[in-house]
Amino acid sequence: MRPDLEIIQQWVQPGDHVLDLGCGNGTLLDFLQRERGATGFGLEINPDHITTCMGRGVSVIEQNLDTQGLVNFDDGMFDVVLMTQALQAVRRPDKVIEEMLRVGREGIVTFPNFAHWRLRWGLTLSGRMPESEALPYKWYNTPNIRLCTFKDFEALCRQKGIRIKSRRVVDGQHQNSWLARLWPNLLGEIAIYRITRENAK
Amino acid sequence: MPDSLPSDSVGLVSPQTIPFDEPIALACGQTLERFDLVVETYGTLNPDASNAILICHALSGHHHAAGYRTMEERKPGWWDSCIGPGKPIDTSRFFVVSLNNLGGCHGSTGPSSINPATGKPYGPEFPVITVADWVKSQARLADHLGIEQWAAVVGGSLGGMQALQWSLDYPERLRHALIIASTPRLSAQNIAFNEVARQAITSDREFHDGRYQDFETLPRRGLMLARMVGHITYLSDASMGEKFGRELREEAYKFGFDAEFQVESYLRYQGERFSESFDANTYLLMTRALDYFDPAYAAGGDLAKALAPAQCEFLVLSFSTDWRFTPARSEEMVNAMIQARKKVSYAEIDAPWGHDAFLIPTPRYTDIFTAYLDRVAREVGA
Repeated sequence: MRPDLEIIQQWVQPGDHVLDLGCGNGTLLDFLQRERGATGFGLEINPDHITTCMGRGVSVIEQNLDTQGLVNFDDGMFDVVLMTQALQAVRRPDKVIEEMLRVGREGIVTFPNFAHWRLRWGLTLSGRMPESEALPYKWYNTPNIRLCTFKDFEALCRQKGIRIKSRRVVDGQHQNSWLARLWPNLLGEIAIYRITRENAK
Repeated sequence: MPDSLPSDSVGLVSPQTIPFDEPIALACGQTLERFDLVVETYGTLNPDASNAILICHALSGHHHAAGYRTMEERKPGWWDSCIGPGKPIDTSRFFVVSLNNLGGCHGSTGPSSINPATGKPYGPEFPVITVADWVKSQARLADHLGIEQWAAVVGGSLGGMQALQWSLDYPERLRHALIIASTPRLSAQNIAFNEVARQAITSDREFHDGRYQDFETLPRRGLMLARMVGHITYLSDASMGEKFGRELREEAYKFGFDAEFQVESYLRYQGERFSESFDANTYLLMTRALDYFDPAYAAGGDLAKALAPAQCEFLVLSFSTDWRFTPARSEEMVNAMIQARKKVSYAEIDAPWGHDAFLIPTPRYTDIFTAYLDRVAREVGA
């Protein structure tokens, strides 16, 4: 299994009710259902992904976070709200994070680090918008419209009174590396954050 | 139709009439001492009877959902696009049961049947049937067929309401409910359209307070108008525009009130054909069943609360241009299911055909339908 998913599944308790924002083809939810006895839903807008989810028995709701938000979900109805590699693609990540922690006790967020040394280096040397394995698009067609660095994300959490329970950093192949642990904002490509409300237990 | 039948057709089909001699108590307080249901089945029931799918029909539907009754038949059953070998409801894997509902006019006991108490047609005396009554009678049908649990109950529009009702009334007797282009209750606008249709029928001089059979006549005009107004609500502005535009039947305006626009003659034709083949009392009854459907009512309007007993998984589908039962109505249902912590999947399918889109095999609709039921088939070992 992909190491980021391996890390995430350790943070999901058996029987947890889970919401996966931008669940893709349902790989993670399928895994959590089978291995952790989790229940829950994925939200997705890509028609092919939605069909795949339905074909594998993952409950999926066609819902656009940008236009519809999470207003149809009650406060605290989920144990965990997941968002893997989608935060940078929504219009208002700050609001999405707040909503995640309204409907869920805990959030798990992964996103690519725009301060990774290779991106910094690429921009410095070529003067062109950087591309990488984690960010393989051109500036004009990228779905990633809200890129940030680990430091940016952590600053936003502080500002919103969100506590970071854990942070794990992996490289583009989702491998753990001791270097990335040592100097995450420069050497980490993808971060996996486990967040909760400051006042939460 | 055809010289030879298409390979993805269920082929030649014939209905069977199943008598039920146990009385059935209805929501209105009346009891029917006995009733018949007319049924078509496609495919084969497997030894553990786990592969059965129930098809619930909509307002003017009936048991003939797929295949051809004779080699001369021009068109196949009303949902032939989705039922057959290799189609979304794959008859090489599932045993498919399609019936004409109680109160119908295609062979099941209804207003035009003979009332054993009087020896005359029930006519207006036939009790008003509700969606819950239908589901109750369908459960008797399942008993008769030896089906303890449906792999899925599937329906569009009014058929979707029956699938929803099944999940509440017989939670352990279905694994999946597929609710397509439907709604958890009619809006005032929906009821208003039904009322226009009913007024059209009851104000026809040939209606005779529903006793037209005694007078050997039919309220053709009223039924035709009812169908015309209904038909408009099944299509979208765009699809009518595409099909007819402002096209005239002849080249110039005639400054009169005959059917000059193509859309007028189309509606008249549809209405006339319908008025010959459908029973007016059944039409009244079916529209009333629609009006009354409101499973949340008993739970103080709280649909999530009403859903508490449901155990099945739900698939809810809506269509972008359906203005009769808009996607928002499906989402209302989905949100209640989410709130009630039921397993539910939902998609809004882009299709230009309005409410009728549930009968038309657009690629995305077919893909979803196929993928979902493929998974159901694997689950039940079909």
